[in-house]
Amino acid sequence: MATEAQALAGDWGGGVHPYRVGHRKLGMWLFIMSDSLTFSALLMGYAYLRASNVWPEPFKFYPSIVFSSVMTLVLLSSSLTMVMAVSASARRDKSRARLWIIATALLGLTFIILHSIEWNHLISEGLRPFQLPQEWVEKWPGSTPLFGATFFGITGMHMFHVFTGCIYLFVVAARVNKLKHEDVEISGLYWHFVDLVWMFVFPMIYLLSVYPRK
Amino acid sequence: MSAHADAEEHFAGSNRLFISVWVWLLLLTGFEVFLGYIRLPVIYMLVILMGASIIKAALIVAYFMHLRFERLNLVLTIVPALVICICLLLVFFPDSFRAKDLRYSGPPPPAAEK
Repeated sequence: MATEAQALAGDWGGGVHPYRVGHRKLGMWLFIMSDSLTFSALLMGYAYLRASNVWPEPFKFYPSIVFSSVMTLVLLSSSLTMVMAVSASARRDKSRARLWIIATALLGLTFIILHSIEWNHLISEGLRPFQLPQEWVEKWPGSTPLFGATFFGITGMHMFHVFTGCIYLFVVAARVNKLKHEDVEISGLYWHFVDLVWMFVFPMIYLLSVYPRK
Repeated sequence: MSAHADAEEHFAGSNRLFISVWVWLLLLTGFEVFLGYIRLPVIYMLVILMGASIIKAALIVAYFMHLRFERLNLVLTIVPALVICICLLLVFFPDSFRAKDLRYSGPPPPAAEK
């Protein structure tokens, strides 16, 4: 018993890290918690609107589903390269860590480019944040014009996170020799979180609205 | 010894493990896309897709974000709070069905008299 009490006092008595992580990493975890609530609220708002309205199902196999699937592949692969970066950084192999981080950021930029092309397809069809293309209105009569607001709002918010993540990673890559290993790991946490959010956005936005065949 | 400890940080998990997690994530994604093309009722779709997404999220958090190798303290601080908050967000969801039922779905109204 005495040893348990001592262990607890040792952990929570101050002067040590009860979570065995530094304050920066704990801060990133808390940020990720708050940010995941932001995305949860956005997706919940989307689900509410979708359940209470006639909802268009406009995403054709080509281009939308093909593009979004490739984007998912790119983002998942960028998570793998980020893990490799953190693993190299743990081995103090800074130059290899830098290469892996740059590869991750480039995959992130690829995601942004593919997503912009995908947005452009929809915008050229006539989709706007508060207006549906005429063709969709005829195909799904009475459907809500808020489709565009949720689509551009959620995917735009995600793309903004990818964009800031790329800047963050380029900064980490440039300063990797000066940074501690934990700092590289923290940038990895952020990047994986961005990937994680897409794992919910992709099925909820795209796969639940695939264009009916026939 | 201490010099060695200083030279290498502890980072659990092998490249092989991370690649197999990545392969699993890809397989689950492939399954989700496939599911999009067998026209199940939307409620089944939603449950299966969300189930697959939660598994994917758990894989990412546990292995890529390394939470599985962190102290249990940290896991218990982060995960339950988040799960409860997200469940609380669901509270207002049934109202969407009420909103849908309020929508007029009868025959179109007669044209206004001139």
